Amino acid sequence: MQKYLKVEKRNMNNQYGMFAIRIGGIFVALVLGAIFLIFSGHAPIDVYVTMIDGAFGSAYGVNETIVKTIPLLIAALGVSIAFRMKLWNIGAEGQIYAGGIMASGVALSFGDLPSLLLIPMMMIAAFLGGALWACVPGIARSFWGTNETITTLMMNYVGILWVDYLVFGPWKDPKGYNFPITAEFSPSAFLPTFGGTRVHIGIVIAILCSFVIYILLNKTVWGYEIRVAGENSDVAKYAGMNVTKNIILTLMVSGGIAGIAGMTEVSGVIHRLQSNFSPGYGYSAIIIAWLARLNPIAAIFVSFLFGGLIVGGYAVQTSGLPASVALMLQGLILFCVLGAEFFTGYRVSIDKRFFSKGEAKING
Amino acid sequence: MDNAIIISTLSAAVIAGTPILYAALGEIICEKSGNLNLGVEGMMLIGAVCGFKAAVLSNNPWVGFLVAMLAGGLFSLIHAFLTITLKSSQVVSGLALTIFGTGLSSFIGKSMIGIPAPVKFSKVAIPILSKIPFIGTILFHQDVLVYISYMMIVAVWIYLYKTNMGLKLKAVGENPAAADAVGIYVSKIQYIHVFIGGVFAGAGGAYLSLAYSPAWLENMTAGRGWIAVSLVIFALWNPVRALVGSYIFGGLDILGYRAQTLGITVSPIFMKMIPYLFTMGVLIFISAKKGNRNIAAPGALGVSYSREER
Repeated sequence: MQKYLKVEKRNMNNQYGMFAIRIGGIFVALVLGAIFLIFSGHAPIDVYVTMIDGAFGSAYGVNETIVKTIPLLIAALGVSIAFRMKLWNIGAEGQIYAGGIMASGVALSFGDLPSLLLIPMMMIAAFLGGALWACVPGIARSFWGTNETITTLMMNYVGILWVDYLVFGPWKDPKGYNFPITAEFSPSAFLPTFGGTRVHIGIVIAILCSFVIYILLNKTVWGYEIRVAGENSDVAKYAGMNVTKNIILTLMVSGGIAGIAGMTEVSGVIHRLQSNFSPGYGYSAIIIAWLARLNPIAAIFVSFLFGGLIVGGYAVQTSGLPASVALMLQGLILFCVLGAEFFTGYRVSIDKRFFSKGEAKING
Repeated sequence: MDNAIIISTLSAAVIAGTPILYAALGEIICEKSGNLNLGVEGMMLIGAVCGFKAAVLSNNPWVGFLVAMLAGGLFSLIHAFLTITLKSSQVVSGLALTIFGTGLSSFIGKSMIGIPAPVKFSKVAIPILSKIPFIGTILFHQDVLVYISYMMIVAVWIYLYKTNMGLKLKAVGENPAAADAVGIYVSKIQYIHVFIGGVFAGAGGAYLSLAYSPAWLENMTAGRGWIAVSLVIFALWNPVRALVGSYIFGGLDILGYRAQTLGITVSPIFMKMIPYLFTMGVLIFISAKKGNRNIAAPGALGVSYSREER
C-alpha cells in the first residue's frame, strides 16, 4: 500500500489552505472526541449540543463565554510574543498567578484610592509581576542557554504555591471562615461591568491589546527583530541585533502581558485573591496562540471559541460528565491541528498505479 | 535529631524519588533515540489513573501496574506518530500530550476520586540485606516496585551500553542519517523507544496511585513528570546518575511534609516550592558549565529526521 502513496515536499503559503487545514484538524478532533465519548457510554451528539447550547445558546451563556475569553485572550497574546521568537514560554499560568498577586497587593494596600488611579496601578503591578516571573527563565536562557521550556514551567508551580502561601497565611481574610481567600477588594478596585452582567471592561482591554500587539509585532523594528531572531539567531546577530537583550525583553513582555490576565481575573471576576484562581488558562493560552498561528487578531476568535469550550464543559456537568471533557477536547484539537500541519509541508497523493494494478505489476 | 527520624526520612525520600526515577529512566531511553518527549507528565497521569482503575476492578495491584505500563506506552504512541511519521514539532507535541493527558486522566478518574485503593503494594523486607545497619532499612525495607526500579537501572544500563540494540539506538539518536545509511530502520527504532519511554512513565504514575499515596487525585503527579525531564539533563543521560538525582528530588519533595518533625519552622508551603526551584537551579547550573552537557546530549535530540533532507 505504502508503495502507492506518494509523499512530496511542498511549501504552502496559501492563507486559505492553512485555514482549511486547521478547520479540518478541529473537525477530526471532534470526531475523535465523539468516538471516545461513545466508548465511555455517552451520546456524543447530545454532549456537543449541550456544550454549544451552554456556551452560545443564551445571553447568559454568551456572557459567561466572554468572561472566560478575557483571560484566555490576554494570556494567549502574551505567549504569542515569546513564540514569535521561538521562545517556549509555557509559564503563562505562573505569570497569571504572579500578576494576580501583585494586583491584589496593590488593591489591598491602596483600597481608598479612586478607581481611575487604582486600576491602572493594579495593571502596572500585574505586568511587573508577570514580567518578573518570566525574567528569571529569560536571564538564564540568554546568558547560559538554559532551556526555557522547563524553567518557565517550574515557575508555574512556584506561582501557584505563592498564592497559597498568601491566602492561607498573611493575606487570609479574617472573616473568611478559613477559606483560602483574601478579603474582598474595595469596590474602587473592581473592573466596571456591562449592565447587570459579569462581563467586565477587560474584554475591551483584551481586544485593544490584540491590535496594539499586532502592530507591535508586524509594523515595528522590534517585532521584526524578534521574528528574525526566532528564525535564525546567527543571522540576527550578524545583522547587528542584540539577541541577548531581546530574549530577556521578549520573555518579560510576554510574561507581563500574561500577568495582566491575572489582574483582570482578580479585579474583574472574583474581586479578591483566592487559591487556584486560574483553572489552567495559561495552558489553554498556549493552544490558542498556536491555533491562531501567533496572529493576535485571529487569537480573538480562537479565544472566544475556547471560552465557549470551557463554559460548554461546565454545561455538560449536569448530565454527569466531568468538566474536564473541555480540557480533553482542547488537547485533541491541538494534536489534530499539529498533525494536520503535515499537509502544509507535504503533499500526499495516491499514485496513479494504485488504480491500475496490472500496469503497476509490469513496472515492478 | 535521632537516628530513627533520619532513617525514616531517607526511607521516605527513596519512596518519593521512585516515581521520578521510573519516568526519568524512560525519558533517557526515549531521548537516546533523538526524540524529546515533553509529555512525561501526561503519560504519568494516564498511567496513574489507568493503573488505579485496573487495580480497583481486578482487586490486584499487579494488574494495575501492568495496565498502567501498557496505557503509558500506548499513550506515548500519539506523540510518536505525530513527531516521527508526521514530523511535527516535538516540543509542541509533547506539550499537547501533557494537556491531553491531564484532561483525559481527570475524565477517566472522575468516578474514583476519594475512594481508597482496595489493594496496594506494601513494604516487604529483603532478608539479610535489610539487616544492614542504616542503609538496610532505607533501601531494602521497601515495596516491590522500589526493588523493581533498582533492577531497571541495571537493565537500562546494560541495554544502553552492552547490547546491539542499545548501539543502534544511540546511532539513531546521534546521527539518524548515518544510521539510515548503514541500514538501521530509523523510524522503527524511534517508535519502539518512544513506546518504552511511555511504559516507564506509566509505571512511575502507577507507583504514585498504587504505592506512594494509594488513591486517585486529579493532577496527582504535581509536576513530577517535568522534574523527570529535567532530571535526564541533570543525569547527563546516564541511568545511574538518574538514581542519585531522583533520590535528591525525592528528599526535597518530602521536606515539605517532614519539615516540622525535622525542626524546620518555615511555612510548609515554601518547603513545597523547593523541588521546583531546585530543578530550575540545577538546569541553570548545568547549562552554565556547558561542556559536559553538549557531549552527553544525543546529537539529533529534538530534530525530526526526514530522509529527503539528508
